Amino acid sequence: MSLKIRKNVKEATVSTFLLAAILVAAFGCARRSDQAEGEKRFITIKGSDTMVHLVSNWAQAFMQKNPGIEVSVTGGGSGTGIAALLNGTTDICAASRKIKNNELMLAIEKHIQPNEIAVARDGIAVIVNPANPVDELTIEQLGKIFTGKSSRWSDFSGPDEKIIVLSRESSSGTYVFFQEMVLKKQDYMTDAKLMPATSTIIQSVSTDRWSIGYVGLGYALAAKDKVKILAIKADENSPAILPSEQTVKSGQYIISRPLYLYLNGQPKGTLKEFVDFCLSNEGQAIVQETGYVVVK
Amino acid sequence: MKAIWKEKAVKLLLLSTASTTILIVISIFVFLGKEAGPFVVEPGLKELLSTRWMPVSFQKESFGILPLITGSLLVTCLAALLMVPFGIGASVYISELAKPLEREILKPFIEILAGIPSVVIGFFGFVVLVPLIKACFRLSSGLTALAGGILLAIMAIPTVISISEDAIRSVPTSYKEASLALGASKMQTIWKVTVPAALPGITAAIMLGIGRVIGETMAVMMVTGNAALITAWPFDSVRTMTATIAAEMGEVAFGSVHYRALFCVGIVLLLATFGLNVVAQKVLKKYRVA
Repeated sequence: MSLKIRKNVKEATVSTFLLAAILVAAFGCARRSDQAEGEKRFITIKGSDTMVHLVSNWAQAFMQKNPGIEVSVTGGGSGTGIAALLNGTTDICAASRKIKNNELMLAIEKHIQPNEIAVARDGIAVIVNPANPVDELTIEQLGKIFTGKSSRWSDFSGPDEKIIVLSRESSSGTYVFFQEMVLKKQDYMTDAKLMPATSTIIQSVSTDRWSIGYVGLGYALAAKDKVKILAIKADENSPAILPSEQTVKSGQYIISRPLYLYLNGQPKGTLKEFVDFCLSNEGQAIVQETGYVVVK
Repeated sequence: MKAIWKEKAVKLLLLSTASTTILIVISIFVFLGKEAGPFVVEPGLKELLSTRWMPVSFQKESFGILPLITGSLLVTCLAALLMVPFGIGASVYISELAKPLEREILKPFIEILAGIPSVVIGFFGFVVLVPLIKACFRLSSGLTALAGGILLAIMAIPTVISISEDAIRSVPTSYKEASLALGASKMQTIWKVTVPAALPGITAAIMLGIGRVIGETMAVMMVTGNAALITAWPFDSVRTMTATIAAEMGEVAFGSVHYRALFCVGIVLLLATFGLNVVAQKVLKKYRVA
């Protein structure tokens, strides 16, 4: 399982690069083919960094099935993607969070109707160093750690060591989601180290014995031998649940979120084909291969 | 007659290319001011002086840039502390003591060091230096201001060496000869005569090095831990102004208060490097006239 995911993450990386190369080449001739017929031949997708691997894999498979259609995928963050959708510079926005109210207001102003389609789920795994004796925490305890109310592992039947809290940067959709879901909308402690990327969190957790961090499930499983994934309890009396495809899908593992595609209005023509492809069995198989969880 | 016109036209063309830089600098200032301006009205400059940088919050967003300024300051000071002895020591050796062969070997390496992209240095820092600092000082995490300072010093040292070497070399030989003729040893001549004579140039070199250090982004972002704390302790994690802009600009909602705040940070940063450069140029000029 872990091997398979790791292989896929690797493949995804390679394919992302390939795709980028193809897209650079494609950009040159894109404009010409864009409006040649009534049908759209060129789709742009922009948004969440979490979803870049997934969307690129979809795009690649879709392009293989539909030669002549070009799909361009870029990251930049969910906020960037939504802004692009509102400015009309992208056809589809990939977002790891729901559109915010102020963004909706802006959309109304610009006569754009954001249409939300849930295409996959992502579990957020909480990781610690393998040397850490703590195996499970409740959501409330996690909240205390990340807001700084508890600062020593001894509060959670661990050794008397200071907890090193690692978080993503505030620009990350995961940061906001974790804040809402686990911190119950409280602020992160100011001592929390904000890491620029998922890989840097994994690297730090694997070297710093008493650190704790959160990363997407796919990344955590891929690094299973370097970090320990904690089992999470919804509250004191619930069972501790380890994140996995099954537990995220069934909703037993509660730190999980839907991933969305946003379009302007109802999808038509090629855009509809693409969205349908993402939701098809084939598209959902790609979701699984990339390390995320299917919606159906 | 025709030839004169031609000459004038070429001169004008060259002038315009040269003055493009002025135009760019001015438009950058104007653009920064324009984007940051509304912050003065809402929520007001007082907000910038608070001690908390918490731009994404469900409770209350705070945009105090003090922790960011102290963060940049601490990392810069640490880098300067390392940069000065290494920079001066190396430049004295290369210009005064090294045999020609040694110089042939040393110079290209210093140039290579100057050419390494900062992301690569940051990556090296994250994988090698951070665990090393953690082990050496028995810390629970190596993501510290010190790690940032060391990396920045590594990046700035080539600049410091090459400029101060120039300064030391251009000290007139008559000074040294006079000193040696009076019976001073080689070392005495270097430290009592040559280096003091080249001091303005060395000062300028250090200031330019510091200018590079303040503006550096990627490497610092990877190793300092980026926690917005106000601290003077090198083993704490700090968040620099550059890292803040780089990390947050990508996702910030266009035109929001957070967006404006980031431009305010940009202005502070620009003023700092601008000031340093002006002072460094002045020092350098004075020394050239003398």
